[in-house]
Parts: sequence; C-alpha cells; structure tokens
Amino acid sequence: MSAKLNTREVGDVTVVDVSGRITLGEGSSAMRDTLRELVAGGKKKILLNLSEVTYIDSSGIGELVSGFTTVANAGGSLKLLGLTKRVKDLLQITKLYTVFDVHEEEAHAVRSFV
Amino acid sequence: MPFAEPMFCVTVSVPLFSLMSSSDAGAVGILDRDYPSTLESVDTVEADVLKAALDVGFGEDEQHGIGMAVRECMVNAVVHGNRYNKNKHVHVKVVNSAGNFEIRITDQGEGFEWQHVPDPLDEANVLRHSGRGLFLMGAFMDDVKVHKITPSGTEVTLTKKIEPA
Repeated sequence: MSAKLNTREVGDVTVVDVSGRITLGEGSSAMRDTLRELVAGGKKKILLNLSEVTYIDSSGIGELVSGFTTVANAGGSLKLLGLTKRVKDLLQITKLYTVFDVHEEEAHAVRSFV
Repeated sequence: MPFAEPMFCVTVSVPLFSLMSSSDAGAVGILDRDYPSTLESVDTVEADVLKAALDVGFGEDEQHGIGMAVRECMVNAVVHGNRYNKNKHVHVKVVNSAGNFEIRITDQGEGFEWQHVPDPLDEANVLRHSGRGLFLMGAFMDDVKVHKITPSGTEVTLTKKIEPA
C-alpha cells in the first residue's frame, strides 16, 4: 500500500499522519508534495507521525531528509514521531537518527516545539 | 542490531557471453527472467524474490533485509541503469548456490563506477537527498558485487548465506 497522508493541527503544530509504504513513486512524492505545500503555506512546526509506516526505502529516507532541510531553510522545524523498530534501525545505520528530533509520544512531541 | 557491515563492491568488466556461461554448476535455479524497466517491476521483483526467500527458509527479519536490498538494486537498474527505457529490460536471476542465496540483477545501461559514489555516511553527505542505495544493499546482504558488462550494462550480485536450520 502506497503511503497515505493526513494533516491535522494540534495547537500551532501541524501533525502529518503517514501510513503505509514510503517508497519511490507515489509514496515518496506524496510526502514531498505535502511537506512543500505546508512550508509554502507558512507552517513552521511540523511533526511527521510515522507510527503507521510499515516500510521505507532510500527514496523515502531521501524525502525525509529533503523535508527536514526544506523546513529548516524556511526557519521552521520538522520532527519525527513513533518510529517502528525497522524505520528506527534504518535511520540509525544511515546516521540520520541523531539528525532528527525523534519522539515516541505525541503530546510530548508537540510541547517540544519552541 | 542485525545488520552486516556494508561490503565493498568489486567492479570487473566481464563480457556478456562470459556471464551467461559463468559457473552455476550445482546451483539450483529459482528465478531467471526479464522484467520491463518500470517502477512496477521493482514491486514485482521484490515480491518474486521474497517468495523465493520464504521458500528457502529465511526468517522474517532476513526476508525484510533481502527485500530492501533487492528494491534498492532494482531501482538503480530501472532508474539509473535503464532510465525507464521501454526498449531495455532488467534481468533477474536467483539461485541457491552452495548454501548461498544469490540474486543477480542486470541492467542494460551505460554502467557506473561504484567507487565514485559518495559515501552516504560521510558528514558532508549525510543530508544528501539520494545516494544510499548501494550502502543499504551492503548493509542487508552478506556480499554485494558489481560487474560492469561489455559492451554495456551492470550486473549486481547480492548474496545472503543460507544458515542451516
């Protein structure tokens, strides 16, 4: 199942719920388009909820990284929530786990945005 | 964490006829077919190889790793090798050879020098948008070899040892 995205607001934080597979093609481009639209719309506090992401490939990782830099370059912050063990392992071996601010609990993640 | 240390690749220029007659003596052929140069083929090959991996007896974690390596390799073949050219195909061969599960993915592109692929773990490259495919193949498989084919093409051999039950 290609990735599906749903966006909601929690206070001044935009939470993007992602589910399915973030792989080259529809999945990765959907995430890219969503993040670009949010930044273009002036959103600066973005929390990617990846708790329902079952699979991510290097293209998906590339879009996470692109999103991170795009949001940062716009003066905002992109954080991650709810990594499964496989996604966490992948970010660790690619040395990206420490690049992102990763949270396990949504309320805590939302409060962490300054 | 159960990831193999990424293996260095070897580039050897090999004539196509040599590859076709290369020693598979004693190997059990599992899959041997062409796929079109499309993203759909990436999904299809992943599924075909995973079925073979399940049949051979790999566990869930190993299957996941094999699937990931195959996806990365197929994407390279389709996107970078054959460039989605409908007149080019990707050949996939899977064999069980002397206790090794070997997946050979061959494109018809212009070839590439793996030594020139930037290290994605280098601090200067960590935030690059792309370039992690080869590294991930090495992380999930026990061995990765890259052969440049003459006159054109690249064959990548992904190997996973089959542990006795």
